This record gives sequence, structure tokens and C-alpha cells, in this order.
Amino acid sequence: MSTRKVSLTVNGCEYSREIEPRKLLTDFLRDDLGLTGTHVGCEHGVCGACTILLNGELVRSCLLFAVQANGAELKTVEGIAPNVTELHPLQEKFWALHGLQCGFCTPGILLTAEALLKEIPKPSEEQIREWLSGNLCRCTGYQNIVTAIHEAAKTLNSDK
Amino acid sequence: MPYIGSRVKRKEDVRLLRGIGKYVGDIHRPGMVHAAILRSTHAHARIVKINAAAALKLPGVIGVLTAADMPGLKTIPMRTGVIPGLERSQQTPIATTKVRYVGDPVAVVVAENRYIAEDALELIEVDYAPLGAVTDARASMQPGAPQLHDATPNNIAANFQVDVGDVDGAFRQSDLIVEEEFSTQRHSAVPLENRGLVAEWDEGRGLLTVWGPTKMTHTNWRILSELTGLPQSSIHFIEPEVGGGFGARGEFYPEDFLIPFAAMHFRRPICWLEDRSENLKAMNQSRQQKHRVKIGVKKDGTILAMDAEILFDMGGYTRTHGGVPAISASAMLRGPFRVTNYRCNVFCVLTTKTPVGTYRSPGRYEANFVRERLLDMIAHRLNLDPADVRRRNLIRHEEMPYDLGKHPFHYMVYDTGDLPGQFERALERFGYERLKATCAAAQLEGRAVGVGIGCFVETSGIGPWEYARVEIDNAGTVVLYSGCNSVGQGIATALSQIVADELQVLIENVRVVHGDTAKVPYGNGSNASRSTVMAGSAAVGASRKVKDKLLRLASASLEIDAADLILRDGRVVARGAPERSLNFSELARLALPGPALKSGITPGISEEDFFATDKRPFPYGVHVAAVEVDKETGKIKILDYLVTEDVGRKINPMIIEGQMAGGLAQGIGGALLEEFVYDEDGQPLSTNFMDYLLPTAMEMPKAQFISTEDFPSPHNPLGVKGAGEGGITAAGAALANAVSNALGVEVKKLPLKPDYVLQLVKDAVS
Repeated sequence: MSTRKVSLTVNGCEYSREIEPRKLLTDFLRDDLGLTGTHVGCEHGVCGACTILLNGELVRSCLLFAVQANGAELKTVEGIAPNVTELHPLQEKFWALHGLQCGFCTPGILLTAEALLKEIPKPSEEQIREWLSGNLCRCTGYQNIVTAIHEAAKTLNSDK
Repeated sequence: MPYIGSRVKRKEDVRLLRGIGKYVGDIHRPGMVHAAILRSTHAHARIVKINAAAALKLPGVIGVLTAADMPGLKTIPMRTGVIPGLERSQQTPIATTKVRYVGDPVAVVVAENRYIAEDALELIEVDYAPLGAVTDARASMQPGAPQLHDATPNNIAANFQVDVGDVDGAFRQSDLIVEEEFSTQRHSAVPLENRGLVAEWDEGRGLLTVWGPTKMTHTNWRILSELTGLPQSSIHFIEPEVGGGFGARGEFYPEDFLIPFAAMHFRRPICWLEDRSENLKAMNQSRQQKHRVKIGVKKDGTILAMDAEILFDMGGYTRTHGGVPAISASAMLRGPFRVTNYRCNVFCVLTTKTPVGTYRSPGRYEANFVRERLLDMIAHRLNLDPADVRRRNLIRHEEMPYDLGKHPFHYMVYDTGDLPGQFERALERFGYERLKATCAAAQLEGRAVGVGIGCFVETSGIGPWEYARVEIDNAGTVVLYSGCNSVGQGIATALSQIVADELQVLIENVRVVHGDTAKVPYGNGSNASRSTVMAGSAAVGASRKVKDKLLRLASASLEIDAADLILRDGRVVARGAPERSLNFSELARLALPGPALKSGITPGISEEDFFATDKRPFPYGVHVAAVEVDKETGKIKILDYLVTEDVGRKINPMIIEGQMAGGLAQGIGGALLEEFVYDEDGQPLSTNFMDYLLPTAMEMPKAQFISTEDFPSPHNPLGVKGAGEGGITAAGAALANAVSNALGVEVKKLPLKPDYVLQLVKDAVS
């Protein structure tokens, strides 16, 4: 099968690879770039585990071909923390408030939450739930996730 | 401050939050290739011919395996829930002559990557001769129904009875007898991570390594050995991170044989990752039961007798759990109530659908729904408050331990607790009386609001034993090797808390190793809310032996009597002379073989313990729900919800509340949304997340979770009762009662999807 060259930036690093045009962006991130923090839960765009940011927009990486991301800037869960020792306030609050159990949905939820807080710095509980409605979590019942996002928003706002 | 009882942040979380935890799909081996499984498209058919010629020609395909390539195939044995007769309908890892559900494995393709493997699946031609589907358990038992297994006439895989007291005599004494039929729908665990395995065969050393087993690592290790003929010492299982279990993940499935077999056959490391559509056809389903129950009561609501028939829909085969959901339903149908005369006739029935297994609170979710509905129906018939009927029958504290009478397959003595006390506190906390009045008033104005109760007793902490070894490594780190597994519940944190308290070290200095058969020789895994109970108790035993050894080593070195030494902050310290002390690293050095053998001490600081018991703790509690039904759309809105549960002793309240909240979400899903629908030909219609609906953040109410530790279990040194299932177990019950109350009807089946709710609205009007 013929290949195409894909060049893109993920979490500030530039990558260039020759790949089959049919390769999904999720598989490209996970298998070609070794960024396995982006998870695959359904492969049909419902569960949200594969959520990443593409040029600042929330997307399902399982519904995109890698070639569609050529030239784009991506952010995945590996790029959320400011460095290897510190955590982002969202990660801190998820840890402190038990906003995760098995952790499989967590990467997609963190990116959704980050995008939410960028757009709505002080979201209401209703708004948080609405934004989360595209991310399935089978472990937590969501309440602790909602609370963690709420608390992280407070931290981020007080930092400003 | 002790760690036990504290809201300790989980040790597992940082790697998961950073996206650097390694799940099975993140394992990559040099030269690794990918497998895909061809599954039956027929519910019940004879395999006439399989032609893989075209698939084999596809570039990148390494090979195709069918049953013909696996001579001497054995069936996958039951590990539990063994009821005589079930062994006749066990599953071979791949279909040999017949398929018995849509999804039954027929062939395995191995290719350079998964894209090619999936292309190849489409090129394999299978000729099927259909044998007729039967999807309803009652229909399946009738003469003339298609028979799934030659050795199982009438598709009755097993049948057993429970018989306690004098049921017929008690019915004669009853003022009111109510007889009803109830049903619960097929749904299941559906963890967010699909199943997966990576298997690698080191031909030179004769060593098979498998990444991905979980829940029952050591049991599956033995089963794979038995099925392949490889000794256990030639098989190494490694448990990676696990994306949710809830009972279904980690049992020994057909693929647990097929993928290691393929890795050995093709001499390549092989990765198999299930996709979601496969998962919704191939992973254990659960919950589908029909109960026909007759209950006799006195005028004041006192229960005199229950007589039940349970049909347990098994799907096409008996899997590793045997009849656990049926055993559990028949054992726990009486729940927290005094039912001294009880009879139950249980049929495990085969149908041409995906095989079933356990799902969080197996059988009990179903039984609680049935019993709690019956109690409300009795209250309505006798014009009593539903709460009063329960008050009349709840087993009292002074009756504990309470023996419910013999069950052929289930331990039946409730250990301890104050069920009426818990019940009253739950109602008070929820404002039951006030809400009931508010609902009644709103109903007069035409609104369909209602309140419902669901009482429960859970079973937890199943034995018969668990293993632990505690060692002190060179750096002084305390390492616990435990026979349990992690399914995402935070068990490494809870066990670390227990060990850190026993040995007086910081939790950061405890490491927990589990799920690795090269490092942990024995284990019974994580199921039935057993990990904290059984693995926690074994960890206590091993820690205490290590403590003794630390004191003996220090005593010899410091020349101080062991009785005058204490453990403090990771050191052994002389009482009253803290400057005389040794830290764990120093003690580990003293225990190295060189110095130890010279001083006549057994080298190493490493102690094993087994905790064994045949008894079980019984956590108990109450669910209360308030709902509003939209009579136009059939949508149910949960206005408020409360779960209480006595867990004996709390190791980590934060984790316990997390278990309750997560359980409730699944319970709500099961009550309102989730269903595996099949058409009459046995074709599954819920094979993606557009058709199988999981609850989202929008459906989850803000609920209250109260865990108490009023009555520690006498059956283990920690006093704990398992806490994994109380959040789900009575959700169907409480919501069905609340909806019945809101509409003035009697709900008799789950789920409460809009079409059924609209039917109920119609019934209410007529």
C-alpha cells in the first residue's frame, strides 16, 4: 500500500513519518510516536477516551486519519503537566479528590476539562456536566470528576 | 496518625494522570504482530466449511488458525459456581463443529498489523448450516426448541433447589398471598478498556509470557497450563494497568487460550486488542433472569413464606463462573429480611446468545429488585407504608449472627449488624416522611414524582484463602507481594495503608506487587469484594511476622531485649532510648546471607502468610431514590438519591465512597438505560455505544453516599467487609419502587426505558 508523509507537532515536539493513508490518528500517536496516553475505548467516536486537542480544538483522534493532521499542532495527555515533576492543577485536583479509578478515560477527560476551562474559566456544575457528556467514565459516577474540575478552576483563577 | 481510616491519595494516580501507565494495549514487543478473530455471524449453526485460501494470500498475513489446527482441544473449566450438570455445556476456545452465539470464535488471523488482520477476516469464507435460534429462556426449555448441546436436553444446563422451613404450612397461615413474575434485562460490566492480550513464546527457553491477564491471574495461569499442557513454571503472567473490571474482565475467555496458542504456533509475539463491537458480543453478559415469586404475609405485613422459581439465561455456553448469578440470586432473594420458610427452584437455561458471567453484585441486583418490588406491592395491597412493611421484617441486631438456613452452594450466616438502625438513619437522612408527603401532594397536582426504597444485604470477602509475602529490600522499602489483582479500584493504596500501619513506615516506602506469577506464587484474585478483606488480612499476617523478624534482628544487634524495642518511623527503636535504633535498610543488611548465616539467623527479611476462611462478611445498607417521570416522553429524572452501607471498618473512606458512587452509576445505567437487545434470530442489536447506552455525566444525579463502620466483621483481623458492590446492588430496586410510586403502578421489569415507562403511564390512566 502506498504511503504518505505526515509532519506534525505533538506537545511541542516535531515528528515526521511515512505512513499508510488509512492509518487512524490514534494509532499513529500510539504506535508510531509511542504516545500511549491517548486511549482507545470504542473506535466510533462515542466514549471520548481518545480525545486530544488539534490546533486547540477538541477532537476524537479515533475519527481522524493521521494524514488529516498533517501540519497540525496536537496536544495529548502527556503534554498537560508543566514538567516531569509537577502536575497541572487539573491533575492535582483529580488526584486529591479521587476523580479517577481505572484511569482509562482520564486522559480524554483531562483534555476536555482543560479546553472547557480555557473557554469558560468559571463554569457552573451544569456546564461542566454538559462538556463532560462526550466522555464516558465507567468507574467514578462522574461526581468527583465534576468537583475536581470545579476546584481546579478555582486554583487557576486565583493564579491569574 | 494511622493510615487506616484516612483519605489517603491513591498511589496509582500520578502515572495514570500523566498518561504513562501501561495498559495491555501499550505493551510493545520486538517483532510483535497482531491477531484478529473471526466470529460467528449465526446464533446457532453447524460449520460446514471454512475456506481461508484468499486470506492466506493477502500480503502481510502470517497465518490463519481454526479448530482443525488445534487437535485435542479441551473445554474451558469452571473455576467457581460449579453446579452438577453445568460441565456438559462448557465452551471450547474455538468453535469445532457448531457455533452457539453470534460472536463465537471460528478462526484466528495473524498479520503484520491489525489493519491487515481485519482485511483478512473479510476474505475468510465460512459455510454455515443454520440450526435455529432460541433467545428466550422459557421458550428454550420447551420441547421442540433447538437444542444447543447434545448432552443437555431441554437446554437446562443445571437445576437445583433451596428448601428451608415449612413453606406450604406457612402459606396456609398467610392472610395474603401475592404471586408475580419479574424480569431483569441482559446488561453487563462494559469496562471502558476492551480486553486485550500480548503473548510471547521464547522457544529457546521454553517460556511463554502473557501480558494482560487480570482479576484471577493465578487461576488463569493454572487453566492455561491445563489447556496447553505447558507446566505452570513455563508460563509467566503479567498484569498491566487495567481499565475497569466489574466482574467481567479477567475471567478465562476463549482468547486467553487462542492468543498464547497462536504465539507458540507462529513463534511471534502476538498482540490482540478487542474492539468495542467485539466486546459487546464476546465479553460476558449478565443479569438476565426471570423470577416467579409467591409470597405469603400476615395482615400486618409480616412475611411468612416465599416460594420462587428463577430462570437464569446462560447464553450459549457455561463459562468460568458456572452458575454464580443464579446461586447468588437464590441465596440472597431474602435479603435483609426474616424469611424462615423459603423455597427456590433454579433453572440455568441455555439460549443462543452471548454466554454470561458475573457483573458487580451478580444475582443480587436482580434479587433485590424482585424482593423490594414485592414488598411495595404487599404494602399497597395491605394499605401499609412500604417502610413499615420493611420495619416489620428486618432482621434485628439481637438475632445476629443470623443463619438463613442451608443453601447447597452458598454460605448463609449473616455475621453482624444493626439493619433496622441503618434503615431508620437512612430514611431520616433522606427526609423520607417529608418527601413522601411532598410527592403525594405533587401527584394530586398531576406531577409524577415518587420515592422508593431498596434494602440490601451484600455478600463479600469470599475465601477460601489469600496469600501475602512481605519483605524488606536493600533500601529498607517494604514490599508486599499479594495474590490479589488490581482492576482499577485502588487496591495497592488500601493494602499499602494496612502494611504501613502494621510496620510503622511512611506509605511512600511501601510497594505493592500483584498479578505477576513470577513474583507471587499463589493468589485468588480480585472479585466478590474480597481484596481488602482477604488480601488485606493476609498482608496483616505477613507484616506481623516481618515485625517479629525485625525486632529479633535488632535485638541481637543492639543487645536489647525484643520486648524493649518498638517500630517507629521506619526504624526499630529502643523504648526510652531513641538514639539506640536501626533503620530497615540497616536491618536488611544484617539479614543478608553472609552475616545472617554466621549468626544462625535465617537469611532475608521475608515472610509469607495465608489468610484462610470459609466464612464471609455481609455488608448491608439502604438505597433511597426520589424521581420525577415525564409522562409525555417517559424520561425519568432522578431528583435525589442516597446510599448507605455498613462496611465494618473503613480503610480509605475516599476509595469506599468512590466505589459507592461508581456502583450507583452502573446501577442507574442498568435500571434505566443499558440493554443487550437481540432479535428473534439471535442477532445482537446493541453492538456499539449508540445502541448500548452507558450513563454520562448528564444522567448522574448528585447523590449522597454514607459508609458506616458500626459493626466490624468478626471474621477477619481488620474487621472489614467488602465495599465494592453496595452502590449498585439495590439501584434497580429503589428506582423501580420510586417510579411505581410516582405513577401509581407496579413495575415488574427492568430496564425502565421510555417505551416501557410510557406503557406504565397508559396503565396508570386506565
